[in-house]
Amino acid sequence: MKQDRENPVPEADVAISSRIRLARNLDAYPFTPRLTSEQGIEILGKVRDAIYSGSSEELEGLSYLEIKTLNPMDKQLLVEKHLISPDFAEGDGNRAVIVSKDEKISIMVNEEDHLRLQCIFPGMQLETAWQLCSKLDTQLEEKLDFAFDKSCGYLTCCPTNTGTGIRASVMLHLPVLSMTGYLKGILETCSKLGVAVRGMYGENSEAAGNMLQISNQVTLGQTEEEIIAGIVHITAQISEQERILRAELYKQSPVRFEDRIFRSLGILKNARIISTEESLKLLSDVRLGIIMGLMAGLELAELNELMIAVQPAYLQKLSGGQLLPDERDLRRAGLLRKKLASI
Amino acid sequence: MLCQQCQKKVANVHFTHIINGKKVEMYLCEQCAHEKGQMGFSPQLKLGDFLWGFPGFVNSPGYTQEERPEEVRCNCCGMSFEDFRKTGKLGCGNCYNVFRENLNPILRRLHSNIEHTGKVPARLSECIKTTNELEKLKNELTAAISSEEYEKAAELRDRIRSLESAGNKCGGV
Repeated sequence: MKQDRENPVPEADVAISSRIRLARNLDAYPFTPRLTSEQGIEILGKVRDAIYSGSSEELEGLSYLEIKTLNPMDKQLLVEKHLISPDFAEGDGNRAVIVSKDEKISIMVNEEDHLRLQCIFPGMQLETAWQLCSKLDTQLEEKLDFAFDKSCGYLTCCPTNTGTGIRASVMLHLPVLSMTGYLKGILETCSKLGVAVRGMYGENSEAAGNMLQISNQVTLGQTEEEIIAGIVHITAQISEQERILRAELYKQSPVRFEDRIFRSLGILKNARIISTEESLKLLSDVRLGIIMGLMAGLELAELNELMIAVQPAYLQKLSGGQLLPDERDLRRAGLLRKKLASI
Repeated sequence: MLCQQCQKKVANVHFTHIINGKKVEMYLCEQCAHEKGQMGFSPQLKLGDFLWGFPGFVNSPGYTQEERPEEVRCNCCGMSFEDFRKTGKLGCGNCYNVFRENLNPILRRLHSNIEHTGKVPARLSECIKTTNELEKLKNELTAAISSEEYEKAAELRDRIRSLESAGNKCGGV
């Protein structure tokens, strides 16, 4: 998703991005793990036809990338931008991803399910993401017959996704909740409510930069709107806690608060060698500083972009080619010094 | 006490069997008990063994051999429920039909529900609408006939016919 600097982003102080994913399968074929190579190619062709024969605004200007033809760095770049899942990038087989220019839409073909439609928006915009994703789904449905059953809904390879096939997730930046240790209790409550909490890159990934993804687990027996409303409700409560704590912590000890944030900025502005992990940790502090109005000179959207730009593949793309890990740490430090010079 | 089977060794295994509703007690030595397959559960016991009977019991009194049902496989993709249990992934859309009985408890555990209430593909929602419309027209037809409004009945009959021929595309949904 490219950052939109024109429009104000709702709840950008806590919510980084909102994402809707729909799982769909073509009726006439077995699910992806049981596809023959020929069937895999057929599905790629059918999906491609369905997309490029459409004339709607949403389907315009989408680019089609076959995973096999991409080099490892380009694949990693798509993962870092959340356009494909890490598993999807690693596996071989007949896979493709279809991406819109603004990177708000991405469609994975022959992932675990034949189609994974994804719409991602900055900040807290789950409903907007759902409207776009559902529109896209309806348009594809005119051309493709999706596997559907009256009682089990949209049929998926894994029964955890069947029914609506929806995964509604919000990425939250929770530096103070995690710093003060309150996050653990909140996460425990989430798991009791049937809400999944994951790190920045989905399943089994770590909570780098104090970023956490909150998403629904139940997909059957509730409407899409009910599922989305549930996630909106829970994230609103978590966000509120984070805001209260931010204000409280600053009120209690403004000097300590500022000290921590400006030390982090100091390292970022002066380091000559820095890892992805350390950058994310320190950028998380700087992000907090910008939100609290403690530092000026950098937009929140620019900072969000920087959090993606410090990651390995993106950094290499910016530098124009493959880099060894040591070289990357050097370049990353250079990039950060340049981008943060304005603060 | 000596083993009731070999009458040579000391009986140190005691078990109770219910045969045709009658309690039968036996005292055996370890070796005879083992041969009879009564030495408790083997460590590699699987769920299927509980469901389909223990192999060790075959020659013991009162054992009735139950027919193990032939493994059900999906007629579209060939997957068995055993395959699903190993991988957690289904083979194709038809598997949901074939294994519905086994899947329902799993779906209930995962989602606390087994009935979809969300979005329906447009092509099917048309069919569902048609089904409802047909039902309504048929009721009106019965009413028209009983009140001897034959002209109206003929009109209704034609509408039902045209809807039915359009509804055939829905494949029974």
